[in-house]
Amino acid sequence: MFKKILIANRGEIACRVIKTARRMGIATVAVASDADRKALHVQMADEVVHIGPAPAAQSYLVIDRIVQAIRDTGAEAVHPGYGFLSENPRFAAALAAEGVAFIGPPQGAIEAMGDKITSKKLAAEAGVSTVPGYMGLIGDAEEAVRIANQIGYPVMIKASAGGGGKGMRIAWNDAEAREGFQSSKNEAASSFGDDRIFIEKFVTQPRHIEIQVLADAHGNTIHLGERECSIQRRNQKVIEEAPSPFLDADTRAAMGAQACALAQAVGYTSAGTVEFIVDGERNFYFLEMNTRLQVEHPVTELITGIDLVEQMIRVAAGETLSIRQEDVRLNGWAMESRIYAEDPYRNFLPSTGRLTRYRPPAEVCSDTAVVRNDTGVTEGGEISMFYDPMIAKLCTWAPDRTRAIEEMRVALDAFELEGIGHNLPFLSAVMDHDRFVSGAITTAFIAEEFPEGFDGVTLDARLLRRVVAASVAMHRVAEVRRARISGRMDNHERRVGDAWVVLAQGERFAVTVAADRSGASVTFDDGATLRVASDWTPGDRLARLTVDDTPLVMKVGKISGGFRLRLRGAELKVRVLSPRHAELQALMPEKIPADMSKYLLCPMPGLVVALHVEEGAEVFEGQALATVEAMKMENILRAERRGTVGTIRASVGSSLAVDEIIMEFD
Amino acid sequence: MHDILQELADRRAAARMGGGERRIAAQHAKGKLSARERVELLLDDGSFEEFDTFVAHRCTDFGMDDSRPWGDGVVTGWGTVNGRLVYVFSQDFTVFGGSLSETHANKICKIMDMAIQNGAPIIGINDSGGARIQEGVMSLAGYAEVFQRNILGSGVVPQISLIMGPCAGGAVYSPAMTDFIFMVRDSSYMFVTGPDVVKTVTNEVVTAEELGGAHTHTTKSSVADAAFEDDLELLAETRRLIDFLPASNREKPPVRPFFDDPARVEPSLDTLVPDNPNQPYDMKELILKIADEGDFFEIQEGFARNIITGFIRLEGSTVGVVANQPMVLAGCLDIDSARKAARFVRFCDAFEIPILTLVDVPGFLPGTAQEYDGIIKHGAKLLFAYGEATVPKVTVITRKAYGGAYVVMASKHLRGDFNYAWPTSEIAVMGAKGAVEILYRSELDDADKIAARTSDYEDRFANPFVAAEHGFIDEVIMPQSTRRRVCRAFASLRNKKLSNPWKKHDNIPL
Repeated sequence: MFKKILIANRGEIACRVIKTARRMGIATVAVASDADRKALHVQMADEVVHIGPAPAAQSYLVIDRIVQAIRDTGAEAVHPGYGFLSENPRFAAALAAEGVAFIGPPQGAIEAMGDKITSKKLAAEAGVSTVPGYMGLIGDAEEAVRIANQIGYPVMIKASAGGGGKGMRIAWNDAEAREGFQSSKNEAASSFGDDRIFIEKFVTQPRHIEIQVLADAHGNTIHLGERECSIQRRNQKVIEEAPSPFLDADTRAAMGAQACALAQAVGYTSAGTVEFIVDGERNFYFLEMNTRLQVEHPVTELITGIDLVEQMIRVAAGETLSIRQEDVRLNGWAMESRIYAEDPYRNFLPSTGRLTRYRPPAEVCSDTAVVRNDTGVTEGGEISMFYDPMIAKLCTWAPDRTRAIEEMRVALDAFELEGIGHNLPFLSAVMDHDRFVSGAITTAFIAEEFPEGFDGVTLDARLLRRVVAASVAMHRVAEVRRARISGRMDNHERRVGDAWVVLAQGERFAVTVAADRSGASVTFDDGATLRVASDWTPGDRLARLTVDDTPLVMKVGKISGGFRLRLRGAELKVRVLSPRHAELQALMPEKIPADMSKYLLCPMPGLVVALHVEEGAEVFEGQALATVEAMKMENILRAERRGTVGTIRASVGSSLAVDEIIMEFD
Repeated sequence: MHDILQELADRRAAARMGGGERRIAAQHAKGKLSARERVELLLDDGSFEEFDTFVAHRCTDFGMDDSRPWGDGVVTGWGTVNGRLVYVFSQDFTVFGGSLSETHANKICKIMDMAIQNGAPIIGINDSGGARIQEGVMSLAGYAEVFQRNILGSGVVPQISLIMGPCAGGAVYSPAMTDFIFMVRDSSYMFVTGPDVVKTVTNEVVTAEELGGAHTHTTKSSVADAAFEDDLELLAETRRLIDFLPASNREKPPVRPFFDDPARVEPSLDTLVPDNPNQPYDMKELILKIADEGDFFEIQEGFARNIITGFIRLEGSTVGVVANQPMVLAGCLDIDSARKAARFVRFCDAFEIPILTLVDVPGFLPGTAQEYDGIIKHGAKLLFAYGEATVPKVTVITRKAYGGAYVVMASKHLRGDFNYAWPTSEIAVMGAKGAVEILYRSELDDADKIAARTSDYEDRFANPFVAAEHGFIDEVIMPQSTRRRVCRAFASLRNKKLSNPWKKHDNIPL
């Protein structure tokens, strides 16, 4: 076994690999760019080698730098993680030349699977099911109909030169095929000047399901079941699970067998993933093979109990797989949520900055539940613009899917993340979405269910009541504390009342609260009573309560006269008022947010060092517009709301006074 | 007997109606609560005790004797805020537009006298059209009597002015002399001369809101300390402020049970200061991570944002915080920030509130605008305020502490009790580049030499250790342990006794 390995990566995956290596008694070497000098993977590794400036192209992607780091530290093997150099055959070759083991597949397999056309051909040869289609030129409509019938409807008729949906038609019968061929051809000719047409099977209700394979250098290849990765936003996976709620044992076995066949056909070793597209009738077709560890590998680990990184290291060290196919058991259900530094309220715009607060839920590992958080950041760390916006992978496991989802809901509610925009509310919204819960998902789920983007969640009446009860109980605790301040008039202390009115989500709830040692009973004006048990004290940012014997976890912030609460993808400003306050509150005018200025003004005297937008650009709230240097400090000015940039008055290099106009908005 | 009791009840009911239902409805229609509703929300439930309910004016001119409503346009009395005594007056816009008469002023003066005598805060709710013209000079005399008490009460009991409607002309000078002014957005304004006079005299066309609204006074003039959305929010936040303040200069600030470990470690503070010395960071994060429960009451948030002032609690006790904000103008000192912080420091010192100073200051803002407007004397205000303050003073330097600004920001030399520095601090006469340009002027043409000189200077001076060698820094501390260090420092200073030489009063450069 290796004594020392180098991890040619950063972030959560570097940390993930280090954990396993450490458990195996293998020393680890981290590599770090300028931006990562204080990063978690650097802190965790036994040794660190600095490999250059922040941009990946000058550090993590430079093979020579990594090779030098190997020489300097005497590492015997390299784990490439995912991304960066993980699927670069030249990197594998460079390591081979150094006599250092690559913890991944052979160079030939990477090359073979790296090319879409070659990989499809190889797959077909290996007996793997590929999307049926006709690549040759199609002469006329009748030929199109004949081919369509051979493939089987529905089919997609596409222009060879096509793109952006132009020259593309879906046909469900002969008539449509005939007509679609003609119109596609015309459109292709006019749009691209190339009227060549081809036809392939149109996959309805497509799901992205992939098979994890594991192979050693001694001819043993096994698969570890599938992962369902259909929840994607613009081809970026967001939520994955294993197993798939859609596959039956036969389909799984068939897909697994084909995946293994392909791996064997290309002489694959190490861990790899064969991606399939699966239609509504459980027909599956090969998409591509990823010759590396996948981001979403933890869900497979959670249901199989196999540490994939350990297996990769063992295979690279020449060991024989100790697991046979019949040893692989899929146990329970695992979910993974990818937590991205992307603001869902701002059309998932990437967000960068300092993590002023980062408190993931506690990791749990029991027979009934597992919470696992793979992360590469710590509180006080920086999400920089140079790398992937993924902050963490939050995984849960439970004996069945329903409970795994419930574990995930609670874990997401308990995940504290401040300082940057992030997609936690969106993930919560998906976990509570009926269609997701039913398992009837496709790769179009997000586009279909959130066509207008994401605007937050409105709590249902039952949950809202529980939140109201919790808020009153918490408010009472806070008020009792306030009434215990020193310097009170003896014998004339303030008595904290029992009757309260709660304003939440546009509704008004009149309640009375009866507190005792273990919590409070909150009675609504319709007579219903909710029992709240909690050890929340003022200032706690995370409230873990039990309302009517059911756990309720909320992130709590203080606002005047109440709380800002975040849970289940919702953000509420809850005000808890005395009945008299509530009566007078009703007299207060509802203030319409003031019309923000149509100008971006320079907030200080300074020099414009950068303009980040152009005239006519659509900007989102929070988007960087300009950078102004003042007192040698660079200050980024951001859009206060959505809008379109009109005239830009300032130019880079211009020196501005306070309140001078930098740009106008339309 | 019953009739007599009934008459009291009837008279009270009549007095409580103020200007009558119609006028109260008009007040509500403007988004404003009535004078009594405001008092009700400001004080603990049922704690208000009214004085002078049946006072009526004595004016007979202009037919005033036909209308002598009880109370005369102001509700006065006392009550409690979380059980602590406060005195309050609340002008009633529904009675003669809340205008100030001789008797109206007498009522205010009575509770001010009691507050000063008994050592409790005065909260004045201002909603008044101004002087009662019919009473002429008697009204002016009334203002003057109030002013005199504002002056004598200053530094004795906290005085808080809530501007919840018009406050114009001479009337502005009573709030002006109180410790804090809060305003309601869109429904309050303050100015010495209104838009009409402004137009006549200067031809400027300006709305009341632009001239003296909450936005103007919290961002431009610095007259007001905070602005709130509506009456309810303002009153709730006033209660919150009172919880931070001692009842008088004879008492220590209040202490509240707290639920936060004084030894709480914040590892993330170790990375608060960026590697690049020219990159800003948010000093508020440090304040929130030091404070009990992350609770911070900011004063003058919208004005001179290059310095932050406000109240936190440490171990349940009030502490005033002054902090340079690197996010704005690099945290430099200028006229506005020096004035803002100086006034805050003096308030804290007057009321025995310990002061925590967080320093990242590159110096004073250069330029003709600053010099012409007198940065010399305005900057001196902050220096003076820190130097004369005898309350416990704990200072933490996080990064830059350059030149004169280093001295000003509660340095050891100004009787700082605990002067801590983070390892990232640079305590020097100026930044390396500037220093080298002066020290090695003859080598300026040689970039390599200058770079080497700059690097030498940085190695030698861009750290806390030179200052620590001289004892100007008591200890260099780990950023993550700042809360624990600061809490322990203030705990050790609870019995601090320090007094200045006797004087009638000082002569701070106003």
